[in-house]
Amino acid sequence: MTLRDALGWLLVGAAALYALVAVPTGGELTTMINGSIYASYAILALSLALIWGYAGILSFGQAAFFGLAGYVYAVAGLNLESTPLAAVIAVAAAAGFAALLGYFMFWGRISDVYLGVITLTVSLILYRFINQTAGEEWTIGAAPLGGFNGIPSTPILAPPGHPDEPFLPEQIYVLAVGALLACYVICKLAMATRFGRAVVAIRENEGRAELLGYDTRRYKLGIFTLGGAIAGVGGVLFANSVFVSPNMFSLQTNGQVIIWVIVGGLGTFAGPVIGCFLLMALSTWLGSLDAGPGFAVLDPNLVMGVVLTLCVLGLRQGLLPTALALGERLLAKARGTRGRGAAELGQPAEERP
Amino acid sequence: MTDAPLLEAEGLVMRFGGVTAVAGVDFSLGEGELHCLVGPNGAGKSTFFKMLCGQLKPTAGDVRLRGRSIAGLPASRIARLGVGVKTQVPSLFDGLTAMASVRVATDAVLPPTLSKRRAEEALERMGVSRLAGHVVGRLAHGQRQLVELAMVIAQKPDLILLDEPAAGMTGAEVDRLGDLIVELARSSSVIVVEHDMAFIRRIARTVTVFNQGRVLAQGPAAEVLADSRVRDVYLGKDAA
Repeated sequence: MTLRDALGWLLVGAAALYALVAVPTGGELTTMINGSIYASYAILALSLALIWGYAGILSFGQAAFFGLAGYVYAVAGLNLESTPLAAVIAVAAAAGFAALLGYFMFWGRISDVYLGVITLTVSLILYRFINQTAGEEWTIGAAPLGGFNGIPSTPILAPPGHPDEPFLPEQIYVLAVGALLACYVICKLAMATRFGRAVVAIRENEGRAELLGYDTRRYKLGIFTLGGAIAGVGGVLFANSVFVSPNMFSLQTNGQVIIWVIVGGLGTFAGPVIGCFLLMALSTWLGSLDAGPGFAVLDPNLVMGVVLTLCVLGLRQGLLPTALALGERLLAKARGTRGRGAAELGQPAEERP
Repeated sequence: MTDAPLLEAEGLVMRFGGVTAVAGVDFSLGEGELHCLVGPNGAGKSTFFKMLCGQLKPTAGDVRLRGRSIAGLPASRIARLGVGVKTQVPSLFDGLTAMASVRVATDAVLPPTLSKRRAEEALERMGVSRLAGHVVGRLAHGQRQLVELAMVIAQKPDLILLDEPAAGMTGAEVDRLGDLIVELARSSSVIVVEHDMAFIRRIARTVTVFNQGRVLAQGPAAEVLADSRVRDVYLGKDAA
């Protein structure tokens, strides 16, 4: 493990400790509800960081898996006795759907641009479909899909064997942050394996990887499915933080997650999580600045657009890689030596021009 | 060395629309043979090469590796059967270090306990151990060629296909490469596509000359390179 890796783990550990111990101790309920939503979205950002940043697969419709898992969880939770079982089914459904979609895309040798178009289209089809399910005929067992209103009666997770004792918002917050940490560790560990090294190599040069004996379709399918499962975890936690609605599949959600990844830093895992938390907090704050009934001082979407433009123009590598590069330069200067660039496997995106 | 050929191509044809790049080529390579493919630009060498390694699917004809048909198989399947390829333009993992790149190659064929050691050996054999921690995308052209060769030999393939391996190398690097290819041919069969005639004379035992998608001449290097037809189409009539 390099010094940089060790520092990274130390900072992630400190952030997790703060979020899991300090915030629940003295935090307000609204902080924890917002924290649950942020953590759910951050897991979605992490899933895109994995498949785009490390595997080079740009899914414009990553929210499809997020929303699908949310809806499957809500429907299964309302029909089954056990919400934990519903959560497992939901994540499996998201992973299964990603595997099915990925199979057709990767075995069909769909190029990168069309892959983005297909994933976005799938997400928007789901958005349109769920939006028109307002009638009573759209009821699955005890679960009305609810059209554009979503399912306000989305059940809250309860401990196994205690279905009548759902978790409190504070507990959902701890669960969401814990899941974010777990997903981060899973992503890091996955990329440290042979599978992860192969995935990065395929992103760098798919043709060369094939000439070395890698069936690149299988590796891309594997990482895309893992990304779908992680987005599904985010969807289940979002359903527990708010409730499920068609907005989970919307163009805005799909666009936001891409912005979080770009602003935070493509090719890193912590960067998109930081980007998500910062931009969500900024958006929440902007939304709270009332300039009169029904008017905000600044439109949050407009500000997001400006932030993205500034990041693309000024911080091309994103916040985290830029901060790391700056830190390394200062360190090298302090040592009186010139830093020599040497990308490590798993962090090569930061080495791109 | 055995009598049965390692690789055979029979009536191999490749058409791109109305253009026939390879027009019915028969070819055979024995175990441990070092064979050079030469010919003027557009003769069909590289197209033939790509059909052997699975980058192109032949329009007609067959390619057999140890008697098993591999024509049209995906490149990854052919690689798994023991065929290593170095492409004309260095094809590398530009964002990775040289060591990480070679590890990707060894990971594909070896268990984790052996993979790292083999990668180190391959870099050492190519004389680029000092570049192990360098990002491949920032290396000079000749160094990139050597790293790509390290990736290929690290897998210890039965058949090595090298497309213009000496291109862009310095004189000293070409000399070392020539020695290495001759050494490789002691344990693997090697096919080299090359333009550099001095290099071919130095390493080749057998040569196939391509012209206009067909085999013009084939046989021992000294005989073929002295053939007046070969000199006319490839070297030019005024060649010494």
